[in-house]
Amino acid sequence: MTTVINVPPSLDDRTFETILQQLAPLSPDEKVLLDARHARWASPYGLTAMLVLAQTRAERPAFYAPEAEETASYWARAQFFRYAEGLFEMHGSVPRPRAATESDVLLEITPVSKSEDVHEVVGRIQSKAQAILAKELNLDPRATMGFAMTLSEACQNIVEHAGRGGWVAVQTYRWQKRLGRRVVQIAVCDAGVGFRQSLESAQGRRGGERWDDAMALEDAVIRSVSRFRDAGRGQGLAGIRRYVGRWDGKLSIRSGTARIAIVPSWDEDVPLEEQLPPFPGAQVLITIPERSTPR
Amino acid sequence: MINHIDLGTVLRKTVCDLYSDLVTRPTGAAVRTGIEQQLAEAQDRTLTVIDFTHVGLLDFSCADEIVAKLLVSYCEPAGDRPGSGRVAPPRDCYFLFKGVSDSHLDAIDAVLQRRGLALVAKGDDERLLLIGTVDEGERRAWEAVTRLGRAVPADIATEVGVEEPQAESLLATLSRRRLIMRFDEGYVAVGAGP
Repeated sequence: MTTVINVPPSLDDRTFETILQQLAPLSPDEKVLLDARHARWASPYGLTAMLVLAQTRAERPAFYAPEAEETASYWARAQFFRYAEGLFEMHGSVPRPRAATESDVLLEITPVSKSEDVHEVVGRIQSKAQAILAKELNLDPRATMGFAMTLSEACQNIVEHAGRGGWVAVQTYRWQKRLGRRVVQIAVCDAGVGFRQSLESAQGRRGGERWDDAMALEDAVIRSVSRFRDAGRGQGLAGIRRYVGRWDGKLSIRSGTARIAIVPSWDEDVPLEEQLPPFPGAQVLITIPERSTPR
Repeated sequence: MINHIDLGTVLRKTVCDLYSDLVTRPTGAAVRTGIEQQLAEAQDRTLTVIDFTHVGLLDFSCADEIVAKLLVSYCEPAGDRPGSGRVAPPRDCYFLFKGVSDSHLDAIDAVLQRRGLALVAKGDDERLLLIGTVDEGERRAWEAVTRLGRAVPADIATEVGVEEPQAESLLATLSRRRLIMRFDEGYVAVGAGP
């Protein structure tokens, strides 16, 4: 029997939770069909998280492509179908792969599993980021290099800790409802071991003390704890936090059953959410908003 | 003896001849190994200029692998004292960093602060900069040595406004941290030359 999972019309980090709620009662080996026929829009987080979801299923899931031509065409340009075809049984009209030509796709969906992938991602993002961050988002030119550093460190979390490959995507778009400004978003999602399991080998963890996904996220994000004993470790996330803080951005990381967020004044998110539907690995979302006046 | 190491060249030789960005820990570890091989061939006392001019991006992980771990091997961190059990550096090696952009500086300063290290960099205007973890007394003493060119404890005592034994102690600490070089009875700032 196949269970149909409805993909919401607008798919982002918040609405992706409705997919996970639908999946929660099912065992990983149950066949599911992700029905995206009525989807109209997806953020980079939504697209990469759907690929990760497919990786978590023991039984190869099915996928129904969006009916709206414009939506399907955009997902194709973002290279979603290129990777979805290897992970899902595809149904509906799947557009042929196209090159990402739109200026708002800063980095189409790109697999990350090794150090060389991070070099490629960083190399590809820099020239385009310079133009878009400075001209369209009014960010200080100094923000561009920091943006590439942030992207590099976020991708390295997969290489160093996940234990399996994941995906990264970067896109700018107008966040009309939530902010009324343009934003650039980095989504880095994997279905690896997640923060809790990664940190379980860290020194000093005593048996019997409270230990769960939320605490693991707090250790890693707030206290810069790493599973490695080397004092120089744990700087990647600390660097991301500094960058996000400097440019009034938002950092949100979901892992297992918890999600932690560094919330700027323009957002009403909660800093920590627990008891979410379980989802393996780690899903990182970084949002940098347009500056209302040039610096 | 002065060594010049172009990091862009080391990166292309040791990792990939298409890369210009110093990102990821494996890349940083490979570049550091390349630098250490060059240092192993050097004389006992050397000043090595690490040149970032041809480096695009430097991320935190790579800065830690290259800059911080190199300094950990050769220089004393803040707060360490003689007899602390620290292994002696393999040779009397000093480093001067040049071609460091503002974005490189962000990553370098973060990793130095994390490990309690400091280094001397030469800015585009040829001015020497002290970056990382140093206390106020050390910074004032280093600035005085840099200003004077060559200094003895009595000079620093006058410049900084401390007693001579304290000036001597500050200079000894800066010397152990490889931020100034000792020549006979005097000291010169790294990068200022004897």
